[in-house]
Amino acid sequence: MNGIFSRNEAFVALIILGLVLIIGSINPNFFTLGTLYDLLRSSVVMGIFGVGVLMVLVSGGTDISFTAIAAFCTYVTSRYLNSIGFEGSVLVAFLISGAIGVLLGLINAILISSFKLPTLIVTLGTGNMFRGFMLAFIGTKIVTVLPPGMIRFSRTEFFPVTTLIGGTNGLSAAVFVLLAVVPVTWYILNYTMLGRGIYAIGGDRVAAERAGLNINVIQFFIYCYVGFLAGIAGIVHSSLVRTANPFDLVGTELSVIAAVVLGGARITGGHGTILGAILGVFLVIIINNSLIMMGVPSYWQSAVIGMIIILGTSITALQSKRESRVSIVDNQ
Amino acid sequence: MSEDFLVVKNVSKSFAGIQALKKVNLVIRRGEVRCLVGENGSGKSTLIKIIAGVEAPDEGEIIIGGKSFRRLYPIDAIREGIQIIYQDFSLFPNLTAAENLAFNYLLQKKQRSVNWKDVQKIAREAMKNIDVTIDLNRRVEELPVADKQLVAISRALLHNARLIIMDEPTTALTRKEVRSLFQVITKLQREGISVLFVSHKLDEILEISERVTILRNGQNVADGDRSEFDRNKLIFHMTGREIEETRYQYVPRHSSETPLLRVDGLSRQGSFANVSFCVYPGEIVGITGLLGSGRTELAMALFGLKPATRGEIYLNGKHIHIRNVQDAIRHGIGYVPEDRLTEGLFLPQSIGNNMVASVIARLKKKMGIIDPQKRDHHIERWIKTLKIVTPSPTLPVRSLSGGNQQRVVLAKWLTTNPKVLILNGPTVGVDIGSKTDIHHIIRNLAQEGIGAVIISDDIPEIIQNCNRILLMRRGRIVEEFSGDQITEEELARKMIGGDGSEPVSSEMAFV
Repeated sequence: MNGIFSRNEAFVALIILGLVLIIGSINPNFFTLGTLYDLLRSSVVMGIFGVGVLMVLVSGGTDISFTAIAAFCTYVTSRYLNSIGFEGSVLVAFLISGAIGVLLGLINAILISSFKLPTLIVTLGTGNMFRGFMLAFIGTKIVTVLPPGMIRFSRTEFFPVTTLIGGTNGLSAAVFVLLAVVPVTWYILNYTMLGRGIYAIGGDRVAAERAGLNINVIQFFIYCYVGFLAGIAGIVHSSLVRTANPFDLVGTELSVIAAVVLGGARITGGHGTILGAILGVFLVIIINNSLIMMGVPSYWQSAVIGMIIILGTSITALQSKRESRVSIVDNQ
Repeated sequence: MSEDFLVVKNVSKSFAGIQALKKVNLVIRRGEVRCLVGENGSGKSTLIKIIAGVEAPDEGEIIIGGKSFRRLYPIDAIREGIQIIYQDFSLFPNLTAAENLAFNYLLQKKQRSVNWKDVQKIAREAMKNIDVTIDLNRRVEELPVADKQLVAISRALLHNARLIIMDEPTTALTRKEVRSLFQVITKLQREGISVLFVSHKLDEILEISERVTILRNGQNVADGDRSEFDRNKLIFHMTGREIEETRYQYVPRHSSETPLLRVDGLSRQGSFANVSFCVYPGEIVGITGLLGSGRTELAMALFGLKPATRGEIYLNGKHIHIRNVQDAIRHGIGYVPEDRLTEGLFLPQSIGNNMVASVIARLKKKMGIIDPQKRDHHIERWIKTLKIVTPSPTLPVRSLSGGNQQRVVLAKWLTTNPKVLILNGPTVGVDIGSKTDIHHIIRNLAQEGIGAVIISDDIPEIIQNCNRILLMRRGRIVEEFSGDQITEEELARKMIGGDGSEPVSSEMAFV
């Protein structure tokens, strides 16, 4: 709360720092603006997902349908825009994709709040449903020529620098999408009663009800917002990889959840911060992108991420255990 | 203006054909401390819910501050100054004390955004109301129970409370904390705030209340000034029967008998040190002390949950090692845990399955399949012996009342034929009728030759049922009394620490 550096965040920040120093000492090329640009660009999609996952985890739920929603939104949007020959701004793509995301999130919200079903089960079901629906009714063909707006978006870069091999490398415009999503969500979570309500229902649902919170309204907001973020992330992802692939993204949801948990969010709800979630995502991205630079085979990436998750959570668990172990014996 | 703040007139309520309240009346004056007393199922909670507006009465009238309500909604109750402090406090463990204090207030004010400076300000005001200080920036989950309760009380006061209803407020508190809660109640009363204290703990009722209302089976059975009541009268009205509070008479069997259980120099780092005692067959030994004195840890060590690190345990003169629960069960030690809901029962499972859970291995036929006849025989026998009231043993344990649930826990251990039975807080949250029954069961078991160890801070329970009492303080046994040698007042005083002046820090009480 209030940006206090809780233990988990400090731990993740330290690991990031240590990792950066190690990678840099092995491969000095790491310390360039170009690398930073690369890392930031790679973090955007997982970062946006992470922000959404954080909100769901804080409320005490689990959403694993967001990758399916993202794939659905971006695929449908790209095909639709291509079919009408739309050549305008990428903002329209974001708008359509985000709107579809909200609709799909609404389905999650309706199932969760009206039938009081467990969120994990609902999103496990809807995730598969969305994906199957898309593959069966909309298509399976990969869109390799994106609408021009998305292509222009993917080429937009700022603050260019010359790379070692002579080309130029700039800060991708996609990074600014993350830079918009983060403060907005941070504000919602920390400075609105809605956001504090999300923490409250994650902390104690019954108490929240007794306090007069409308839990249904809050859940509708959460799942629609997460759907919206997934829609946005989908467009960013398609633009960056220059294809809209209906088979893409699904399967990465657990890594996103892992990254957010690494940043201090608890699966049981009520705990977690945006800062932690973003740090967790950065750590995972750095590991994914940089172990190769250190000459570590890429198979090791998920093993290392797994080890850090276990290490990170056990360190905090050990600390709180040690604190509670105060001796009551009076050793006269 | 009328002296009466709240008048409940002829209120009735039934759920699915079962009459929960029958023409109940209750009057609470301004600035009065009123105790609402009754056993589980007497209609206490229904009455509270009606006063809070959560449930609508079928008939009758509720008058608050002169205004009559046929149907009261929660928002009306809050507006008229009625606040409830629930048994679980209804706090958000993941939020700071400050935010917990301010959250409901901001919600009532229909605020949309949160100004953290306001939150701090509201929280400080709230704490000022009851003259206590707690660290407002700590998360509630990190606070001791007593502090959580203070947060809940000061939160209630933020809403200009005129009547605070406290539902079983002392369940999780140590004696010292109960004392400071009573001070807070007295302070509220001086400010003209009424308190409805809902409880079934007789000593507390007699101490704090000015007037007492007793419900039984959804009806008023007694109402009057505290001076009109004493323990026996309260018990009589609550249970509708005369319950004699007799003491357990231990008859030593043979003078030279070896002790059933002998514990010698038992220690566990940070929990208890150098504990030695004996239990002879037929004895009920009480181990008492404040929360955090090491009594629970000692019980857990004897049952292998948190094994002792030093010292010896002898069973019938034979040296045994208890490194885990399996060891303890094998040697014939049974353990009835403090919190039956989380440690003692599988709540959604059937009553029968719970009873046989610890003896499944003995019910096996060849091939490892459970023998249903043997199982049912076991279940039937213990339902009869322990007088468990249920239409069918296939119902989930959750469907039983607290007293009956506790009997199921007992049954679960009695099926193992234990030689030593360790009972940790055997009647916590059990109403008086069942409590007496459970005490009888324990006494009968002892008379049949079991050695029983009751670990409890319920002083009357310890005094009435134990022929020997060991007092623990700071992880050590500091004194031993014979059951008929000590009075309740004496034991209470010794428990708190000698002359009562010895400080007991709250951190210590909650490890």
